[in-house]
Amino acid sequence: MQVTALSVYDLSIASGLVLLLAFLSFRMELGLARQMVFSAARMTVQLLLIGVVLQSLFASRSFLLISLISLIMLIAAGREVRARLKRKIRGVFGFGVGVGAMFISSFSITLLALLVILQQDPWYEPRYAIPFLGMLLGNTMTGVALASDRMTSLFYEQREIIEQRLMLGETWREAVSDLRRDCMRTGMIPMINAMAAAGLVSLPGMMTGQILGGTPPVEAVKYQLLIMFLITAGSGFGIICSIRLIERHLFDDRHRLRLDKLYFED
Amino acid sequence: MSFPDQKSHFSVSELIFGDNGPYTLSCSGPEIVGMSGISGIGKTLFLRALADLDSHRGQITLDGQNCSDVSAPVWRSRVALIPAESRWWYHDVKSHMTSACSSDELVMLLESLGFEDDVLNWQVRRLSTGEKQRLSVARVLIRKPSVLLLDELGSSLDKENCDLLETAVKNFQRRYGSPVLWVSHDQEQIDRICDRLVIIYRDRLEEQQLFEEDKA
Repeated sequence: MQVTALSVYDLSIASGLVLLLAFLSFRMELGLARQMVFSAARMTVQLLLIGVVLQSLFASRSFLLISLISLIMLIAAGREVRARLKRKIRGVFGFGVGVGAMFISSFSITLLALLVILQQDPWYEPRYAIPFLGMLLGNTMTGVALASDRMTSLFYEQREIIEQRLMLGETWREAVSDLRRDCMRTGMIPMINAMAAAGLVSLPGMMTGQILGGTPPVEAVKYQLLIMFLITAGSGFGIICSIRLIERHLFDDRHRLRLDKLYFED
Repeated sequence: MSFPDQKSHFSVSELIFGDNGPYTLSCSGPEIVGMSGISGIGKTLFLRALADLDSHRGQITLDGQNCSDVSAPVWRSRVALIPAESRWWYHDVKSHMTSACSSDELVMLLESLGFEDDVLNWQVRRLSTGEKQRLSVARVLIRKPSVLLLDELGSSLDKENCDLLETAVKNFQRRYGSPVLWVSHDQEQIDRICDRLVIIYRDRLEEQQLFEEDKA
């Protein structure tokens, strides 16, 4: 079975809907029109570019090129995590924690999937490697960003409680144990919800794509299960990594809360 | 009740933090040293430095042991800071009171602060300001610190609550020989409870005479 190729005409109907929405938003003074049109245009350019890049990548199968693209994707994800924090961490660490957590959550998990589960020849077969890495990065990034944002915000908001616990002789680990639980929960909830809704409320994008592409539904479901498990585990590991790094960073050796390492940005 | 003859000796030498200092001060239990100074001069920061909550230079020693030679949690459980406004993190009072002390001691302490023992089951959100402050003192005293650092304790309370607090602190420090550093801007309170008074300036501490006839 072949996928029906989309014409420019097909896409312009769909994008026309977004333009209509933007026009409506403009007329109702909802203040989103510009942003919406801009984001849609940006997405179009980005996706067209990656389409071209992937096409040549699949043709060349160059390991170096795949590594380079993966690295760019990873750094972009780390940057995105940092950008989503309301209270950002100063210095290189602020960037490093995002990249580090995304490396754990996506890079290593993708490697595992490619080497152990998918076993293509070569193992870095771009037709598998790039989509898997992309899906893992995109989905685990949300969890990592949510948990990290929650942690820096909570430390700031609850600084007096943390310090009064320290005053009673608690270690920094004890003083933030409740907050750590909260952050882990905040980061994992989207994935737990997604698992609960998958198949009942929502048909996940990858599975839908494969079915549209002609894969038998049961095979598509297997892939979807694989990716959901990987994303959930990746999110969890990435979140644990990021909250461990952040909480350690915000206390010094004398168990003092160091909020001077944070800065506020609207 | 026994009165152990062990007394803690607390001393500060050439303490510098931020733009403040160097400060030198020493006190031995059971002594209450009042501390006063214009607002914004750094009284709270001084206490925070003593509890090792902020970075500082200089020496702080308790019974000859240097602050930096002890782990920070151990130091803070010995040199206890009670801030002006207490914060609570569990729903009930009891969960904040865990310590090595016996339940009899805890009940006695709570009684001396004007509570009945069912206070342990109270919900924190229903406590009044005065109750919170008295309980914040209880939650520190049951841990039997060697030095007490009190930041404007009782200053916002009515006389009844304030008296209970002062008596409880006095009883504790006499019994355990603990020196107390009491930051206050209430001259009457200082005259009433302190053995001596130091005034804090940006660059020094100055001993000031108390009115001896006011003291019991």
